[in-house]
Amino acid sequence: MKEFLRRTPRYFTSPKQAEQQIPDDLWKKCPGCGELTYTKQWLDNAKVCPKCGHHERMAAAEWIELLVDKGSWQEHDGDLQPADPLHFVSPRNNYAEKVATLQEQGLNESSVSGNAQIEEQPFALCVSEFGFMGGSMGSVMGEKIARAAERAADEGMALVTINASGGARMQEGILSLMQMAKTSVALARLGDVGQPHISILIDPCLGGVTASYASSADIILAEPGAVVGFAGRRVIEQTIRQKLPPEFQTAEFLLEHGMIDMVTPRAELRGVLAKFLRLYRRQSVRA
Amino acid sequence: MTAPELTPWDTVQIARHAQRPHTLDYIRGLTEDFVELRGDRRFGDDAAMIAGVGRFAGQTVAILGHQKGSNTKENLKHNFGSPHPEGFRKALRIMQHAAKFGFPLLCFIDTSGASPNLASEERGQAEAIAENLLVMADLPIPIVATVIGEGGSGGALAIGIADRLLMLEHAVYSVASPEASAAILWRDGAQAPEAAAAMRITARDLAEFGIIDEVIPEPEGGAHLDPVAVIAQVRTALQQHLDAIAAHSISALLEQRYHKYRRIGVVHERQAALFDSR
Ligand SMILES: [Zn+2]
Repeated sequence: MKEFLRRTPRYFTSPKQAEQQIPDDLWKKCPGCGELTYTKQWLDNAKVCPKCGHHERMAAAEWIELLVDKGSWQEHDGDLQPADPLHFVSPRNNYAEKVATLQEQGLNESSVSGNAQIEEQPFALCVSEFGFMGGSMGSVMGEKIARAAERAADEGMALVTINASGGARMQEGILSLMQMAKTSVALARLGDVGQPHISILIDPCLGGVTASYASSADIILAEPGAVVGFAGRRVIEQTIRQKLPPEFQTAEFLLEHGMIDMVTPRAELRGVLAKFLRLYRRQSVRA
Repeated sequence: MTAPELTPWDTVQIARHAQRPHTLDYIRGLTEDFVELRGDRRFGDDAAMIAGVGRFAGQTVAILGHQKGSNTKENLKHNFGSPHPEGFRKALRIMQHAAKFGFPLLCFIDTSGASPNLASEERGQAEAIAENLLVMADLPIPIVATVIGEGGSGGALAIGIADRLLMLEHAVYSVASPEASAAILWRDGAQAPEAAAAMRITARDLAEFGIIDEVIPEPEGGAHLDPVAVIAQVRTALQQHLDAIAAHSISALLEQRYHKYRRIGVVHERQAALFDSR
């Protein structure tokens, strides 16, 4: 495995590539309030609407670019590829074909993992790639999270995860459910060595990811307005046969119900993470 | 004498059969002096999750299990075996209780999933499941879990991390119920039979994937036709596995449990030929 870690990552969507995806339109229409913002201003504001504060989804590469010290990012496990253990066939969702199509578009998997620094403090980082099959957790994401937790434990540093996911990857069946167990056994070991897991919930985060590593973290932050929950709104509305209030399952709803530590606007996130990394740095304990 | 092959959807019907033995039937059939312990000491008591202590094979054990009903009245009482967060937190309490007193933990899995509703979300359904997974990862007592009927999603796994995972011959275990799987994959819950086949949810499939340690045979036609016989089979299997793991120190057991779950999953470490060739 050590030898593997030294290999050059080959599939990472670099921040540079992400920058090239600037929309041609001069104006961006906010899906939150419908107001128009000059696109460059909107991008400079990390895709947060200056009028209503709507936080637009970002690709993994954009998150890394936004949060970590310039030049500190080192991707790990970038060449882990999904397999098709169930030989999943379906009239509409042939798994292998779906993966191939997404990879042709430059998306590698639903999670990007690596080591990084904020204000020169090292930590392991895993970021969801929601554009890849809804950020669903299959064997690759589970393996990346588990390895990141082990790397953090070995190297004596914190683990930060940025989580957006529709849940378990259905096409990997029971193996995807078991990734909830796999990530949990790896995180238990990180806890044993006294290193924190900081989970950042972004829009949307549901199902198996929320019901495993993302919610068992030592510190949980969420972006304003992010939808976070176990069951999806549609499923619950069908079960209880009534409409749910608009604020249901938002970050603010979770804060009010005691499920998260804070709602953190995107512009403040780097500073908040820097503070946590300083506070939880291992101290020598007097006997 | 060749019985017709059951389809996965047939198996789902057997796994859900109302007269199939449920958790309380196993508790009555397997244990002496069982006492139910109730409540999560936080919010309430959830009848979808049974918890307690009793004597099994000459020792005190702690027991957890989802409880389904055999008729409508029982199902309403037990919410069809679908726990709210307080059910998972009661289970968490009993896990820690068992560890405190050194009781081995026996879990019986039988749920289509955690209850999806407003109250569950308000009280942190996801967090309740997540916390159980983290605690079971290194709970310092032997754990043997058995899928006795339907194992569905995180609600099943929340009492399902174990040193030995056993499964009845006609039980099913899946990432989501066939109906939910079909709704997610094809936006059509009516295609549940197709989902049941595509998702590979039978005991035979799970043995093939290396997820389970033993398939416990059922009487011909299913456990509901001879509950006494199937409970006797479960007794034998539980005794064997408890004896086998009792031979290990707790630290060795936790190391094995770690590797048991850490290795699950199939990935390629470089671009797969599978996707090149299609
Ligand atoms: Zn706006």
